[in-house]
Amino acid sequence: MEFVLLIFFPVLAAIFVPILFRKLKSIHTGWFVLIIPITLFIYYTGFIQTTMNGGHAISSLEWIPSLDISFVSYIDGLSLLFSLLITGIGALVVLYSIFYLDKTREKLNNFYVYLLMFMTAMLGIVQSDNIITLYLFWELTSISSFLLIGYWYTRDGSRFGALKSMLITVFGGLMMLGGFVLLGIMGDTYSIRELIANASNLVGQEFFILALVLVLLGAFTKSAQFPFYIWLPDAMEAPTPVSAYLHSATMVKAGLYLVARFTPVFAVSEVWIWLVTGIGLLTLFWGAFFAVKQTDLKAILAFSTVSQLGLIMSLLGASAISYHVDAGTALFKFAGFAAVFHLINHAVFKGSLFMVAGIVDHETGTRDIRKLGGLMGVMPISFTVAFIGSMSMAGLPPFGGFLSKELFLTSTLALKDFNLFNFSTWGIIFPIVAWIASVFTFIYSFYFVFKTFAGKRKKESLSVEPKEAPVGMLIAPVILAVLVVVIFFIPNVVGDTLVNPAVVAMQAGLYSHPSEVLVHVSAWHGWTPELLMTLGIIGLGSILFLTMRKWQPLYNLQPELLSLNGLYDSLMMAGEKGMNRLSRLYMTGVFRTYLIYMFVSIVVITLATLFIKDAFKVDFNSFAPLNAYGILTAVLLILSVVMILTAKTRITAVIALGGVGYSVAFFFVIYKAPDLALTQLVIETITVVLFLLAFHRLPELKRHGESKGFRLGNFIVAAGVGITMALVALSAHSQKLIPSISQFYKDTVYSEAGGGNIVNVILVDYRGFDTLFEIAVLSIAGIGVYSMIRLKLPGKGSTDESK
Amino acid sequence: MELLMAIVIGVLFTAAVYLILSRSLLRIIFGTGLLSHGAHLLLLTMGGLGGTSPPVLAEGITDYADPLPQALILTAIVISFGVTSFILVLAYKTYSKHQTDNMDLMRGNDEHD
Repeated sequence: MEFVLLIFFPVLAAIFVPILFRKLKSIHTGWFVLIIPITLFIYYTGFIQTTMNGGHAISSLEWIPSLDISFVSYIDGLSLLFSLLITGIGALVVLYSIFYLDKTREKLNNFYVYLLMFMTAMLGIVQSDNIITLYLFWELTSISSFLLIGYWYTRDGSRFGALKSMLITVFGGLMMLGGFVLLGIMGDTYSIRELIANASNLVGQEFFILALVLVLLGAFTKSAQFPFYIWLPDAMEAPTPVSAYLHSATMVKAGLYLVARFTPVFAVSEVWIWLVTGIGLLTLFWGAFFAVKQTDLKAILAFSTVSQLGLIMSLLGASAISYHVDAGTALFKFAGFAAVFHLINHAVFKGSLFMVAGIVDHETGTRDIRKLGGLMGVMPISFTVAFIGSMSMAGLPPFGGFLSKELFLTSTLALKDFNLFNFSTWGIIFPIVAWIASVFTFIYSFYFVFKTFAGKRKKESLSVEPKEAPVGMLIAPVILAVLVVVIFFIPNVVGDTLVNPAVVAMQAGLYSHPSEVLVHVSAWHGWTPELLMTLGIIGLGSILFLTMRKWQPLYNLQPELLSLNGLYDSLMMAGEKGMNRLSRLYMTGVFRTYLIYMFVSIVVITLATLFIKDAFKVDFNSFAPLNAYGILTAVLLILSVVMILTAKTRITAVIALGGVGYSVAFFFVIYKAPDLALTQLVIETITVVLFLLAFHRLPELKRHGESKGFRLGNFIVAAGVGITMALVALSAHSQKLIPSISQFYKDTVYSEAGGGNIVNVILVDYRGFDTLFEIAVLSIAGIGVYSMIRLKLPGKGSTDESK
Repeated sequence: MELLMAIVIGVLFTAAVYLILSRSLLRIIFGTGLLSHGAHLLLLTMGGLGGTSPPVLAEGITDYADPLPQALILTAIVISFGVTSFILVLAYKTYSKHQTDNMDLMRGNDEHD
């Protein structure tokens, strides 16, 4: 089967969502939608056997073959892992949303259409082998994320958050496209596999570093890395199922996927390792540090997500070092394994935590941690789930997070022993920052669960009496919580089935079979430095958590204006105001201003071309001799023009205009153009009649108080145009760069078209279609005139639409 | 002769643009009329004013006027007539709606943007 088509399955199924929503009001639309991720999940599990053996599957669909763009679904360990996460977590989130979103009050048709659109986009990102389609799906996730954040679009916060996330992620996406195009040019292919195979030729090319930085910008904005993370906390305005799905488990991991996927291409570069590891670690610390400041449950989780994404990012950076050392002996192979392993762990525990936050919000009516407390008794199941998730996040046994946290510490410790790129000097920073960040992770994990569920009930601050959530809403978080524990006990099964194949895909060329990765995870591995670090984290973390009330207010010392959010806000304000002022500067709303822009441009461009290109030449020899009739006609014409300019009454002006027209007709006679002369005479006569007809409905000629300066300005512009046109006329007459086709007409008019009047034959025969269209234009003008006369406008004269 | 025509074209364009830039709607219409005359003569001059006889086949004549600009101008005359009549009606409707032909008063309101 062509499984590339399955990428489009969700979005095609979305067509039926609005219909089901309207026709079957009694059944929650979510039940129908649920079928889709479950089906896909089951289908994709079928690939596990293939990837465990180091194999892969390809299926493709031609799209624009001439540009080498096609939809290629390439499933290897890494793609498969992400596909399973997308569909698996997706199924749980849909299930959860069925109980979270009320079927009578919410616009479920919108919600599920966006969600399914997102699912397609996300599957597209992780399976595309073609970087152009990857980019397409990448932007589609930004769009669906925008729509989902703005789902409750009547709220200001939703719109603000949606726009912010859109601006930042689409900016990154565009940068990434630039990087992709550069890669495509350098490697002469848009296929990721071919780029990886060609990696050694790309290094050292002129734009290699630029491409690297651009691709990383895409990854960093999407995965909310410092300093781009600011959109993620504002994205929490989305309904909680969306936060759990897009903004923690899947979409924000697209950046990680991109980094993992392009590791084999860029790993040789020192810049890559420093940037990915450094920014990752900085984000880890920054997110953890500021998570403690937050008071909104979802905001805590948002900052914690930022921090955890940084953790995985830094591991991916460290895993690239494998390309610089002997893979068999070094510790860096842990990094790649740890990255993928923690990615799974994070998706699982963070998903459950978001769902609990949603439950708390749903049952108590608030997410403000200052108003919550003591819910343990009323919501025992939610508490258990939150406890398991938080402890896993804090990195404690017996939960999955402990294992990946230990692997992470191992990897950062290994960094200081790495001898290339100055790591031996600066490497010591990495374990230290990692350790401090882990302390804060420990604090916010405890803060999240215990401030909400332990302590005294604050009845007076809650508007509703809290109770445990309905069973259906608990199913999804409980499944995830169970997984958290299960992963702890069978880490090597997870490692063999999912992690190792993904590591092989990520570090192409280093391993030929997943079993060669040889990482054995165990909960107990002796009194290693990692374990001592963990004990330190628990010790210091506990002390700080217990004394939190004393030092938490210190966060308020940071002024809002100096934060990254303040920078974003002032940039937006300045942009909006500045652009507004700029466009008001030249968009005056006065017709004349725009015309002056046009005329001045014509003059400047034409004159500049004439003189810069040295195109102005006058050949006096080719001129026809003056003749008396010509001079007379010219004088007559100029006199008529002057009459129009100085006319005080309408009738004078009309007669003068007729004079100009008849003079032009005389010119046609003089220059041997009898057809033109006849037409001109007829048309001119009709025009004059037309003017006279229209006149009794038109106002008197008035100058409307045009000042001397106003007229002088007009005259300068007008004279400029006049002189330009005169010069063009002379120059065009004097030099013919290409031979005229007139001779062809003269030669063939009789033999080809059987006519004697060349002008007529050109019009009706050679250029017959032009004449046909000319007739069409005239008819359109006629219809326009007719309907304009018949048109009845409301409120003659006195009304003003804007008032 | 070409020099003279260049001057005539220059005068026509200058007058046309000057009229189009003024505030009165009526003068703008006169301006567009002059503009098309200018353009027609420009076409004619570009092609060359020589040629001793009209472009109609006749025995023993080889020096015809250039037929191509003439064909173009013929089309242009008719089109410019269509445009002029449309603008006239447009002006009539605008005037009957707003009771003014002052272009400066016919700008958009700030509330609209």
